[in-house]
Parts: sequence; C-alpha cells; structure tokens
Amino acid sequence: MFRRAVERTDEGDFRVVLSPEEREILRGLPGELRSLLDEDARNPALRRLFPPAYEDDAEGEQEYRRLLEGELLAGRRKALAVLEETAGRERLAEDELHAWLGALNDLRLVLGTRIGVTEELYEAELDPADPQAAELALYLYLTWLQEELVAAVG
Amino acid sequence: MSVAPAEVELERPAGRDDAERDRPWIVIVWNDPINLMSYVTFVLQKLFGYSRDKATRLMLQVHNEGKAIVSSGTREKAEHDVSRLHAHGLWATLRRD
Repeated sequence: MFRRAVERTDEGDFRVVLSPEEREILRGLPGELRSLLDEDARNPALRRLFPPAYEDDAEGEQEYRRLLEGELLAGRRKALAVLEETAGRERLAEDELHAWLGALNDLRLVLGTRIGVTEELYEAELDPADPQAAELALYLYLTWLQEELVAAVG
Repeated sequence: MSVAPAEVELERPAGRDDAERDRPWIVIVWNDPINLMSYVTFVLQKLFGYSRDKATRLMLQVHNEGKAIVSSGTREKAEHDVSRLHAHGLWATLRRD
C-alpha cells in the first residue's frame, strides 16, 4: 500500500493525512519524552540527544555544555510542544512542519538508542514474538512518517 | 628511542603560535544508524545553504566513510555550527584542523 501522508499544498502550507489512531500516538509521545527530560536531561537514554561537541577536550566540552545545553534543551521542548499541540491538525505551516521533523527525530533517537538500532534493522522482518516488537513497530512507523515529512518539505 | 625533552618546546620558532591560531577549526558529522539519509541531506541544506548535490555528496561521505567535514572556520563559528547540528539531532564534533 502506498500513500502520501504529507503534501505541500498550492497555498504553500502542508496537508497531513493521518488516521485518528496515528494522531493519538503523535499527541502522546511528546509528553513521554518530556517526562524523561524533566527527570534528568543527563539520563543515559537521552545521551544521543546531547552528544559531545569535543572529542578530547574536557574543558572545551564543559564550556560548550555550560553555554549551550540550556538552549538545546529549550529548542527540543518547544518542538515537542508544537507536535503535541498540532497532532490533530490537517494543515501545518512550514515552521510547524520543521518542528514535527525535529520532534520526530528526537523521538527516534531516544527510541532507537533504547532498542539498539543498527543499519540492518531497516531490511529485517518484524518478528511479533520479539519482546521489542511493539517498540520496533513504533520506531519504524516514526521513520516512515519522518521520510514523508522530508519528502514533502524537500 | 626516547621522548624529546620538554626544553625543546621552548625553542620552537616564534611564528608558530600565530600559525597555530590561524589554523581553522573543522566541523565533522559522524555516521549513525538512526538519522535518515534524506534527513541528513535536508539538515545540511537547511543549515549551511548547500545545494542538494553538495548536501547529498556530504551525506554519502558520512554514510560510506563514517564521517565528513561539513564546515570550517573560527572556533566560534565551528562551535555554533556544531550546536545547530546538535539541535537537529546530528552527531557532530569540532576540532582544530
């Protein structure tokens, strides 16, 4: 089955065609990630959201974190809030679509790190008996949706 | 063989500090299995204004070789570029060239 979930309209905004169930998932996920961020932004599950800027300069790294960690965190929270608030909308402005892209990518980074995603995953068959099957299915759904968003905006 | 004594450090040509300072900083994007190829291309176009061809070439270099230099300049610029890449979820670092 092939469908376009996101399309640029003649008016320059974007049309989003998703089922109520999909929208419900997208409305719920930002809160889950926000809870993790609230608890402790240095939680290992979140490490992929805040990678080091310096490979081997502890002082530079400390300074980078001091200056920019707050800003990076605020940007992530903002994108999550936009996804949460606009998950039910049929039309999105371009800046809202960019927020969706950022939020979906953050969700995929955290979920993918937890699952231990490798590049081979994308060709593998889903095994329903796999204890991670539900998380994998969610990850692959978010991956498909993100591809749709990139295709629409690109 | 032995390690050169520390005093040798004091004898280096006077011009070296300037050269050191002038060496640009480079921004490296590293491969990871989560970020989509299409998304990485999109981010490089959006942040640096690269053409689709150039962004695609850099993305493929990241994908095939494990990393690519995506920008360079002063330390401040490189750090700013890294922070924008981090904001978009890419795995980026900076270092002196």
